[in-house]
Amino acid sequence: MRLSSRLTTGGRINRDRPLRFRFNGKDYQGFDGDTLASALMANGVRVTARSFKYHRPRGIVGHGPEEPATLVQLEGEDAAGNCPATAVLLREGLSARSVNCWPSPGFDLGGVAQVLARFLPAGFYYKTFKWPGWHLFEPSIRKAAGLAPAPAQPPSSGHFEARRAHADVLIAGAGPAGLQAALEAGRAGKRVFLADEGSEAGGSLLNRTLSIGGRPALDWVANAVAELCGMENVTHLQNATVWAYREHNLLMVNERCPEQDSILERSWRVRAGEVVIATGASERAMVFGGNDRPGVMLAASVQAYVNRWGVAPGKRVALFTNNNSAYAVAADLAAAGLIVTAILDSRRHIPQAALDLVPDLPVHPATVAAGIFGHKRVRAVLAAPLSGDLAKWIRCDVLAHSGGWNPTVHLWSQSRSSLRYDEDLAAFLPDSAVQNCRAVGAAAGDLTLDRIVAGGADLPYAIEPLWRVDVPVQRGRAFLDIQNDVLVSDVHLALREGYANIEHVKRYTTGGMGVDQGKTGNINIIGTVAMQQGVPIEQIGTTTFRSPYTPVSFGAIAGLREGTVLLPYRHTPVTQWNVDNGAVMYEAGARWQRPGYFPKPGESLQEAVNRECRAVREAVGVYDGSPLGTFELKGRDVPRFLDFIYSNVMSSLKPGEGRYGLMLSDDGLILDDGVAFRLDDHRWLLSTSTGHADVVNQHMEKLLQTEFADWHAMITTVTSQWNNATICGPHARDVMQALGTDIDLSPQAFPFMSIRDGMVAGFPARVARVSFTGELSYEVNVAPRHLMALWNKVMEAGAPFAILPVGSESNHVLRVEKGFLSLGHEVDGTVDAYDLGMGWVMSKTKPDYLGKRAVMLRRAGGATRRELVGILPQDPNRQIPEGAPLTPAGCKEATEGLVTACVWSVVNQRWVGLALLENGHARQGETAHVRLQDEVIPVSITKPVFHDPDGTRLRS
Amino acid sequence: MLLIPCPFCGARSESEFIYGGPVRAARPDPNVVSDADWVDYLTVVPNPLGPVQEHWWHARGCGEWLTIWRDTRTHDIVEAPDEIE
Repeated sequence: MRLSSRLTTGGRINRDRPLRFRFNGKDYQGFDGDTLASALMANGVRVTARSFKYHRPRGIVGHGPEEPATLVQLEGEDAAGNCPATAVLLREGLSARSVNCWPSPGFDLGGVAQVLARFLPAGFYYKTFKWPGWHLFEPSIRKAAGLAPAPAQPPSSGHFEARRAHADVLIAGAGPAGLQAALEAGRAGKRVFLADEGSEAGGSLLNRTLSIGGRPALDWVANAVAELCGMENVTHLQNATVWAYREHNLLMVNERCPEQDSILERSWRVRAGEVVIATGASERAMVFGGNDRPGVMLAASVQAYVNRWGVAPGKRVALFTNNNSAYAVAADLAAAGLIVTAILDSRRHIPQAALDLVPDLPVHPATVAAGIFGHKRVRAVLAAPLSGDLAKWIRCDVLAHSGGWNPTVHLWSQSRSSLRYDEDLAAFLPDSAVQNCRAVGAAAGDLTLDRIVAGGADLPYAIEPLWRVDVPVQRGRAFLDIQNDVLVSDVHLALREGYANIEHVKRYTTGGMGVDQGKTGNINIIGTVAMQQGVPIEQIGTTTFRSPYTPVSFGAIAGLREGTVLLPYRHTPVTQWNVDNGAVMYEAGARWQRPGYFPKPGESLQEAVNRECRAVREAVGVYDGSPLGTFELKGRDVPRFLDFIYSNVMSSLKPGEGRYGLMLSDDGLILDDGVAFRLDDHRWLLSTSTGHADVVNQHMEKLLQTEFADWHAMITTVTSQWNNATICGPHARDVMQALGTDIDLSPQAFPFMSIRDGMVAGFPARVARVSFTGELSYEVNVAPRHLMALWNKVMEAGAPFAILPVGSESNHVLRVEKGFLSLGHEVDGTVDAYDLGMGWVMSKTKPDYLGKRAVMLRRAGGATRRELVGILPQDPNRQIPEGAPLTPAGCKEATEGLVTACVWSVVNQRWVGLALLENGHARQGETAHVRLQDEVIPVSITKPVFHDPDGTRLRS
Repeated sequence: MLLIPCPFCGARSESEFIYGGPVRAARPDPNVVSDADWVDYLTVVPNPLGPVQEHWWHARGCGEWLTIWRDTRTHDIVEAPDEIE
């Protein structure tokens, strides 16, 4: 393959290691050390993109993260969208495609938009697509305007990683200033974290031909890197962008392609004692007609391609500048054998030191570029003297322009530290720090090497700002933001229409809102606004610098925190047994994996559930109730604490007794329902619902630590210290006896709602008589290490009674038959105890408890309440979907309630349900109507209990 | 992500804590207070532009409920303002 633009020597590329890659379906070759941009340029590919709005042909403009024009979409393994070609390191087999053009950037059908361009001014979309609604137009506009689509699939191999680090000093940028700071801190023994976005250290020195102490500056860089490498207290990362500066000196660092193949990207969160911002400076564009044509490039970038990658972006280069830095560029280009056809300098007086660098080159003072000849590549530039003399065309195939330098103050500004405008540098500089940080080197306005490293030799910097070219002969469109196609005329229009604040100008024109965040153009927008309004630029100010500094993939932000890594499942010791016995497992609240049901081969869900329910109602079943939240409370003030957090009285319980209660928050919402047991005078055991255990823990801890700090009460979470097998059904006592226990199981000695310690099946156990099924139940709590052994013994002892394991589906049916509450079904943020028919749980004797006043206040309002009722579909075989609305007479009217649960009752041999219904308690015996989309189902209103209404079975 | 001073564990990252809301006025006696004042107590939450005292729970640490003064404009953790404490 012909490498047409590659220089024969030079560059920091490995010419012994050629790499093949594809771009827009064509095969090319580059070298190890290339970026996609430098390799494309070496292959003579000049048109690399089409613009966002007008589909104008675009080439490569920059050489780093500032690149505004060429965004590519990576294909294959590491698919990613909207990557600047200058930031993509070349590797074997890389495949990339331009975004925003079809079929190719050279021949783009969307280019027709150029013809329509004068109908697409700033704010066009806001003004045009208003009626009848933006949403009508949005999809097609998004499609036409969009950049790259998101990758269709996650990477098939490798993963994203997240790490944390702590450092005494974090240094952002490994250019001369950053390396210098790292050496100083490292030698002082501090923990140093040095991160740089480039593939190798050196910053701008890599692109230039400077010297330090008479030797090549890159020798100094190599020595510094070697010394840092020898320090154990220094972490030095390349390809690692510090992309956010957060509060309390937390910095986000995105490290790409680390040494391990298995890691795609690594996201660091670094907490630093001090932050040194050594992020350098980036060159800004000149604004003149045709400044977006392929071949119009930043001057320092042309220099970088020649020096760093050994690529000549063109044969005949013209330069256009308002500052000194372009003269060093011109000297380097001439030294590399390129023809410099002209240096246009907008300044009348050019410092002699600059002129001395280019003694043989044609310099045109007080002259600006006023137009470009050429469509898909530059053929000539129109040189217009500011004196008004005749403008003339100068032949060139690259126009290198430099509008001066902006210190890269993104991180500084993100830290909320202030900026000031510097007249001499015509740039915004770091002013006073708010967090513990300092800027050094070019980021602090020291733009030349002599001011950064002792012995460094560099041309002093001087600039006379030119925010945009404004001469009568100017031709073509002048772009302020190349990525978002924002023209000078767009900014003028925004100002005419009243968008005077710079933040408004930004949003109205979208200038600076692209992937590049306006690194080359924002300052020119600010300058253009200042010129138009006739005020000094510092009065306009900057737009807010926000993270990320450069785009960061969502994968890197998430790291490994996806799926079950983010939210792990919780298991009980019986999980494996459940799986082995055919359980269908799924989450049942608070990430607990529980068995849903245990189908036999060929059995449906409903058949399995019916079989399990019948076992509990007619014989005996067992389920694993371990996920219920369990807390042990100790201390002499626990009784009055419980009386305060529960709506009913708990303090009257005697040791060994328990009571069901509701926990309210002070605004009257039901926080939880559960059972409190008194173990002895000062020890209590609380059993809460599975889903709310964490919330209840937080609630109780907060009260005890912040409101009642002098009360003697301590909370210990014992959810995972006690696991249980809950044996329920008419034969539960027989199974307990068969297991063998020293606890007297007679209903007199061990009644419902009591708790006993003893031995069960040879294990130390705490047995509670509570029931969530409405049947005689023993909740046998043992240490987790004993649960599996106990479980096997229960199955063995229960075998003569045909014991069955019961899943959560059956538990749901059994509790609905009894009308027991389920938080999240019957209890939402609107329901109180009275609505649930549980007024008895709201103590009349206690003067105060959490939620009392709020519930009273709400009920005093007299508004209609939705109350808990049972419903019986008048067709007993008709199932009603849970959540279905009830409407007056089934009409198409506002709902008067909803069905909270509907199950097939094995004891009643029909569908039964629970519902919240307006004035439901007074409407017993009446008919209500479930309104579905194309059907009305009449249901009879009953009490919310369908089995053993007197509770004789659960007390037996 | 804040760096929160825990009286037992020292400065720790916010990810170890659970936010507990701003510190509110003392709970009035519900048997004495007027309806309007009670509703205010339940619903009006301090939300100043500037220093606010708030609860944090070192849930993934020592379990302490602590309070800090945080400036809502800057996230700086500041001393208690003189006029309040």
